[in-house]
Amino acid sequence: MVEYVQYIETLIWVLIKIFLILIPLILGVAYLMYAERKVVGYMQCRIGPNRVGIWGLLQPIADVIKLLCKEIIIPSVSSRYLFIIAPVLTIAPALAAWAVIPFSPHLVLANINAGLLYLFAMSSLGVYGILVAGWASNSKYAFLGAMRSAAQTISYEIAMGFAFVGVLMASGSLNLQDIVLRQQGGIWHWFWLPLLPLFLVYWISGVAETNRAPFDVAEGESEIVAGFHVEYSGITFAIFFLAEYANMILVSTIAALLFLGGWLSPFEGIPVLGHLFAWVPGIAWLLLKTCCFLFLYLWMRATFPRYRYDQIMRLGWKILIPVTLVWLTVLGLAIEFHLKPWFG
Amino acid sequence: MLIENLIFITFAVTLIASAVMVVFGQHPVRCALFLVLAFFAAAGLWLILEAEFLALVLILVYVGAVMTLFLFVIMTLSIDFEKMKQSFLRYYVPLGVILVCGLVTLMFYITSHAHADLIKLIPMQHVPADYSNTKALGGVLYTTYAFALEVAGVLLLAAIVAAISLCVRDVVDSKSQRVDEQIAIQPKDRIKIVKM
Repeated sequence: MVEYVQYIETLIWVLIKIFLILIPLILGVAYLMYAERKVVGYMQCRIGPNRVGIWGLLQPIADVIKLLCKEIIIPSVSSRYLFIIAPVLTIAPALAAWAVIPFSPHLVLANINAGLLYLFAMSSLGVYGILVAGWASNSKYAFLGAMRSAAQTISYEIAMGFAFVGVLMASGSLNLQDIVLRQQGGIWHWFWLPLLPLFLVYWISGVAETNRAPFDVAEGESEIVAGFHVEYSGITFAIFFLAEYANMILVSTIAALLFLGGWLSPFEGIPVLGHLFAWVPGIAWLLLKTCCFLFLYLWMRATFPRYRYDQIMRLGWKILIPVTLVWLTVLGLAIEFHLKPWFG
Repeated sequence: MLIENLIFITFAVTLIASAVMVVFGQHPVRCALFLVLAFFAAAGLWLILEAEFLALVLILVYVGAVMTLFLFVIMTLSIDFEKMKQSFLRYYVPLGVILVCGLVTLMFYITSHAHADLIKLIPMQHVPADYSNTKALGGVLYTTYAFALEVAGVLLLAAIVAAISLCVRDVVDSKSQRVDEQIAIQPKDRIKIVKM
């Protein structure tokens, strides 16, 4: 009997922790949308949303209420169950991946040994929602979007996987906490420097995996209307949106964890500044680094024109993958000869 | 133990049910999606056996890459599946039934008491939480089985080369883009300014 009480207690604790991660995440998604509209607006000499609340701060909430109240239209010859399941398939891996993200040395839902592998497995599942949505809609535009997205994700996953292999080699662990702790010792010890090419490759393929500009051919509103979610309306559309932004935050957080030292302070080891900023909690640094990457997402969207489909494939297969292969060799040599200060 | 049994039963039932649906599904795309579900359930079972590396790699490789490509191909096919199914029913079902009967007999024969000493059920060894089976697998794979691993790698490389050479057999006159030339182009190569 005592055993079952313990099981239930653990279950309730896990549920509470899940809510503690998910609620800030969903709020973050809402305000990332707001930030995107504001940032891109200012970059294009507009002021963005400014009507709902002060500085338009309630705009995302108004948007959510609007989408919740809208009718869900299911195309007549679509395959109904798959059409409904597709948004769920998109959002589930985007949220599940957060289980292994360490926010500070002791703040993690599941500290598992194969954390990096788990993250990679989850990020490779996101494409199913898009594929299923495109096929189940029974629309040519949606189908084209799904096909493009599938080909793109498969191609960039390989480059991303090799970037992860580099991190694995440098840290000697798949555990995300170990990876962060391995980067201790200040800004020059973070992996961005010894793994610079892999860092760039990871970031580019991360942007491509989330189907964001300049790799947003899956949506391509000027060619195929809205791509895979052209037939979706109301809350089903909102879920696709939520998943896309949750994935953006996820990719940014992983970049911060793997290459920018996660929750470690950038002033570590610097005489005066190190002491001055010692009180800042680790999670604040992680959030700050994540926000830098999120801003980069918005900046790239406002700056770069969309890649042509064949250019995307060329970049992925002929440039990014060879770069990672070369750098893995270099990294292997550096580790073998204990190159200081990273692998000494 | 009860909770673990419940989890096992959930995954096992899901695995068998989705495997059945792969065979009897109405449309190939749905069959492929049920296969994905089957892989998931199998990965869940492996996780219960504390083989987290294998479980995650199963999801990563089969669900994340292989099945995506499968779906990619199946979705673009336009075949009359009803017609295909008819000939399938006529020729392959009897063969399949015979094969399944043979397999089931074999399994009963092996697991019967007469051969109890052949299969020794080893109780699962629980390992401490900091045990990394990724490391353990790597340690064995690159030392004891290094040669076998190399052979497998060479075989896969041969398969890749074969697949590509089969694909590009007859595209000698196909059009392709030369990116270097495209980038090197100057406005004066394309535009002729006429002074009026």
